[in-house]
Amino acid sequence: MPAVSKGDGMRGLAVFISDIRNCKSKEAEIKRINKELANIRSKFKGDKALDGYSKKKYVCKLLFIFLLGHDIDFGHMEAVNLLSSNKPAGGYLFISVLVNSNSELIRLINNAIKNDLSSRNPTFMCLALHCIANVGSREMAEAFASEIPRILVAGDTMDSVKQSAALCLLRLYKTSPDLVLMGEWTSRVVHLLNDQHMGVVTAAISLITCLSQKNPDEFKTCVSLAVSRLSRIVSSASTDLQDYTYYFVPAPWLSCKLLRLLQCYPPPEDGAVKGRLVECLETILNKAQEPPKSKKVQHSNAKNAILFEAISLIIHYDSEPNLLVRACNQLGQFLQHRETNLRYLALESMCTLASSEFSHEAVKTHIETVINALKTERDVSVRQRAADLLYAMCDRSNAKQIVAEMLSYLETADYSIREEMVLKVAILAEKYAVDYSWYVDTILNLIRIAGDYVSEEVWYRVIQIVINRDDVQGYAAKTVFEALQAPACHENMVKVGGYILGEFGNLIAGDPRSSPLVQFNLLHSKFHLCSVPTRALLLSAYIKFINLFPETKATIQEVLRCDSQIRNSDVELQQRAVEYLKLSSIASTDVLATVLEEMPPFPERESSILAKLKKKKGPGTVSVTDLEDSKREGGELNGGGERGPDTAAMASSNASTPSPSADLLGIRSAAPVGAAPASAGSLLVDVFSEAGPAAPSAAVNDDGFLRDLEQPTETCDSLLVEGSGDSE
Amino acid sequence: MMRFLLLFSRQGKLRLQKWFTPVSDREKKKVIRDMVLLVLARQPRSCNFLHWRDLKIVYKRYASLYFCSGLENNDNELLALEVLHRYVELLDKYFGNVCELDLIFNFEKAYYILDEFLMGGEVLETSKVAVSASMEEADTLQETMEEYMSKPTY
Repeated sequence: MPAVSKGDGMRGLAVFISDIRNCKSKEAEIKRINKELANIRSKFKGDKALDGYSKKKYVCKLLFIFLLGHDIDFGHMEAVNLLSSNKPAGGYLFISVLVNSNSELIRLINNAIKNDLSSRNPTFMCLALHCIANVGSREMAEAFASEIPRILVAGDTMDSVKQSAALCLLRLYKTSPDLVLMGEWTSRVVHLLNDQHMGVVTAAISLITCLSQKNPDEFKTCVSLAVSRLSRIVSSASTDLQDYTYYFVPAPWLSCKLLRLLQCYPPPEDGAVKGRLVECLETILNKAQEPPKSKKVQHSNAKNAILFEAISLIIHYDSEPNLLVRACNQLGQFLQHRETNLRYLALESMCTLASSEFSHEAVKTHIETVINALKTERDVSVRQRAADLLYAMCDRSNAKQIVAEMLSYLETADYSIREEMVLKVAILAEKYAVDYSWYVDTILNLIRIAGDYVSEEVWYRVIQIVINRDDVQGYAAKTVFEALQAPACHENMVKVGGYILGEFGNLIAGDPRSSPLVQFNLLHSKFHLCSVPTRALLLSAYIKFINLFPETKATIQEVLRCDSQIRNSDVELQQRAVEYLKLSSIASTDVLATVLEEMPPFPERESSILAKLKKKKGPGTVSVTDLEDSKREGGELNGGGERGPDTAAMASSNASTPSPSADLLGIRSAAPVGAAPASAGSLLVDVFSEAGPAAPSAAVNDDGFLRDLEQPTETCDSLLVEGSGDSE
Repeated sequence: MMRFLLLFSRQGKLRLQKWFTPVSDREKKKVIRDMVLLVLARQPRSCNFLHWRDLKIVYKRYASLYFCSGLENNDNELLALEVLHRYVELLDKYFGNVCELDLIFNFEKAYYILDEFLMGGEVLETSKVAVSASMEEADTLQETMEEYMSKPTY
């Protein structure tokens, strides 16, 4: 029903809103708003005391103007006055939206709230609690943090107030944890889990979950209570819970919250409790196989929400092989489900499943489906999850296949995800390379396909590996030479090529097709297309050529001598040209050979690529690669226990201690040369100077959707009619 | 927990914004702009979930309005979809065949209903009956009969 509103009409407000909507241009709107603001200002300042209704109307108008996007700098006092009237809701709404740190007002607001909290009227108490939760500022926390727990556990508090108090306390705890002190109320809070009123339980659980994360020991009695509550819900018929049944699913929110609470703790030690819980989980898994009780998508969403949460719990425990395999099978079924949402979530869940040792093998069986999803899914977010899953399930047996698939995906991938994909492919290629020529090929392919997104770490790494491994140097030189012959060749390729040919060009110089002069001409043909840092690198390669191939000395000196080098406006290039020219003229062959000796092997360090990926994805990422590293280096992780942030933190802290055994490549087990890390690092920096090309920003259409005002186009379509929303 | 809830039309006009954490005005504007761009650019048959920064975004279109919520990384997406649906149901129950115009003209009621249902980003009460009952109570508290009869128009 449009326009005519229920309850208190506030016709003045409706008229004002219509006026705004009928404005044909932004200027007209601003004019109308200013007129109204002037009107309200004069009314607020006027001699006549406004009655409660008008005050509320004007406060609402101000709120509307603010929500349109204009700033409001008055009206706060009036809103606060409304708090003490018998219609405080408008005032509270205004304050929650337009909070400012005016200390006078805050004192008044807090006073009003205090009054409402101590009134016996549940509506006022709830409004006050809502305001505290919405604003949640430190001052409010200081004023009320001790009062609210008392209200929460008092015997005579009404249910609705208890609910609000629980979540309000949660909010305060999140913003100012130090002000909420554990006390006698904590044990009573746990018992709220047994409350008859489902709404109270729902609210209390969120609070308990958050508190348990910070103080697990204090709240561990909640585990058995949660399990019994959960099994009561899961085994109840759909008519038992009346209004808490959602489309034939009993209490889905409550069930999910209980399952989430259980994820804060390790599996219960008590045999009976554990047995009940396993039974619950099996029931949930069984229900997924039953035919649905309703065709509506809400029913399946609610049912599957519980299922996914249960699977998360099973993964978290990581101790029941039977359940894990069942979960994996269930997810496997979802991978091919009709609904895109379910496919998305299945891919996401499987990522976590892939890192568990019990189910890793089971996950791998689905590799063909996942690869198919990568190729055929129309939704880019689903494709991205598929790529993540491939990364997670990669191990020695399927590395080649997976890297090949990821490379071909990269050719058509969305720009926003390319950098991450490149990092992942690089990590996988390095980790599972049995044959390093394959590794070199992969990285060069990466540069060819997505050169712009290949960050420094990636191509530094390939060079480090080529330098450290004698057996692949010749192959690398040959491959790079061939790659450079492509007509349009990415600058990163030139960098890698320049460096490798500079070091190992002699290995292919025997072949007349890649003779020294040919190599030099090839590199120099790209010279003018490159940025300054690349040119600097190429100059270094040239001087190395002079050392390796004395017959090219004249040609190269000619190049170095020309004005565009020795009078180059860039200081670095000019310096290099001049110094290299001089060096080549006055140094004897022995001195030159010593100065330009082949690079020594690099010492082992933590893979910077892995560090970069972790930084990009955030701290919660755990994958097989990380876990394998930490298991190898650090010994056993805590059995059957906390997963997620703890594990990632351990993995990264294990990886970052530069122990001699942190030998990702298995190349050198000898202790690294003492001061070498610093000098090798600085030498690397010196050679490569500035960073590589910056990734172009994703193409965002900045014209935006917020065009000038047009005629109102909102329809009177009812929101809930079938078919008027998304079709799935 | 939910970090924010936005309702906007197909033209990108914001109809409701609820923030469950303290956010500066500038940041709010940026988030709104990003959400509108991201969601409106989605193809019709794609899934309802996205990743953005370190949050999960769950969105659904109802007639001419997009409901878009930002969740933390360990939240349940399907459940969030149902939270959005429950909110629409509550609106529908209150307004009777709710449509976008209802939310424009009665924005403060939309906020009140939301407050009865979500608090601090968490679900407060899932029973439709309970929420409608408290809205009724709040309404009667808000005005007396004589006020209703003697309302001025401007």
